Amino acid sequence: MQIIPVPGTLDASAVDQVVRELAKHPGEKVLFDARHLRWVDPGGIIGLLAAGTVTRDRQGQPPRLQLQDGADVTTYLARMRFFEAASGVFELDVRPPRRSWSSSDVLLEITPISTNSDIHAVVDHVQQQAGTILSRTLGYPASAVVQFSVILSEVCQNIIEHAEGPGWVAAQTYMWAKRLGRQVLVLHVADVGQGFRGSLADTHAARFGDRWGDATALESAFIHGLTRFPDSGRGQGIQQIRKQVRRWEGGISIRSGTARISDVPAWDDAPPMEEGLPPFPGAQIHIVLPARNTQHA
Amino acid sequence: MPEPSLGPFAIDVGHLVRRNLASLYSSLVTRPTGQAVRMAIENVLAEEASTVCVSVIDLSRVSVLDFSCADEVVAKLILRFLRDDRPRNVFFVFRGIPDLHRDPIEAVLQHQSLSAVCEAGSGSFELVGAVSPEEMKLWEALEDRGRMEAAELDGLEDAGMAGEAMETLVRNRVAIRDPSSGNYQSLSSLLRSQT
Repeated sequence: MQIIPVPGTLDASAVDQVVRELAKHPGEKVLFDARHLRWVDPGGIIGLLAAGTVTRDRQGQPPRLQLQDGADVTTYLARMRFFEAASGVFELDVRPPRRSWSSSDVLLEITPISTNSDIHAVVDHVQQQAGTILSRTLGYPASAVVQFSVILSEVCQNIIEHAEGPGWVAAQTYMWAKRLGRQVLVLHVADVGQGFRGSLADTHAARFGDRWGDATALESAFIHGLTRFPDSGRGQGIQQIRKQVRRWEGGISIRSGTARISDVPAWDDAPPMEEGLPPFPGAQIHIVLPARNTQHA
Repeated sequence: MPEPSLGPFAIDVGHLVRRNLASLYSSLVTRPTGQAVRMAIENVLAEEASTVCVSVIDLSRVSVLDFSCADEVVAKLILRFLRDDRPRNVFFVFRGIPDLHRDPIEAVLQHQSLSAVCEAGSGSFELVGAVSPEEMKLWEALEDRGRMEAAELDGLEDAGMAGEAMETLVRNRVAIRDPSSGNYQSLSSLLRSQT
């Protein structure tokens, strides 16, 4: 059995460590050892679900997941509805705690996305809570609820229209004390489908010749708005999301296959393009929206 | 200038969403929803008896409009009725476009090189989308006056450019040319005269 240690702090980028380990012994039964997990964000939770799903689909049986019984993070995972989403994905070594309270900083619990109705439900659900979080926590204007809902809708549609597979979405606010000194809203959407390279290959790969790969596919969609659909109205979603995220001084990145492309805000030092990442199916869209900087407001 | 045989016709998209999708949602999101709403609008227009009409597409009860839906409900609807084989001779005015819906509508119109007349909350009208400065200037002049005789274009500074700009406005169906007189009328003045 391959034991994969889950990092104590699990965010979207730390998931790469899990994926790297996963690629080492693809045939072996897997145990995800998350007993030392102390902190996790939507990118980490969904990343773990995606890793479990890929492992289950490859091996035909669910991998095991160990969590520390009674730990705060386990209770938090219950609050985020992780255990509902993980049912059938993992063989759990812990009894899921009861969700005994809701939290004002959870904007959107882990929600599976597989149909357009799911997107309608998510958008309607978020509008009930987003107003308070966006205005009180992040200091955004009241109109931001609608703009955030549009972003949410467009990123979720990416799953249905391009992935041809199921996906998940989640959102939560955090205090990024050391990194930014401000509250942030983290929105993460991921699927384990065909990825950007797979989605665009039939219509665009030939033009790129040998240069075609995950990075060029991401650039084509992210920078140039290319899509596999011949319809001239397509391909605007990501462009418009990027525009709105920039207005809010936020960051957006998309990881697909072995590459990650990012719009890097002034407060971050991530590279705009990363290549040679451990391969992973589908696409993972990560958006960070910081609270308005009141010093400049 | 003879009155064109036009009538106004209002379509409440918020109502259409509820009626046609049997949905509890007031949000106009996802492309299939937009496609369904556009088809519903086309069906409503197909039932309209007059051969020519100004249709008011009312989005004021729509809480969220995403880019995919804006493309389907606004851009593709306009594109359909710009074509020579349009099912009816319909001109569109979009109502209830607060700042929140303006972004997606402006974006999809720009992307498809289209323009549209929108009614603002105050009852004023504006032209949005892919519009040149000359076209905007001329459209605003027509909007101010309501009607403009063809001969008036000759009196404008740079009459040649004004003529081209008016041709574009008419071709894009954001201004009306009376086929018999060749004179022009704004969509808003026509709406006002009919209500």
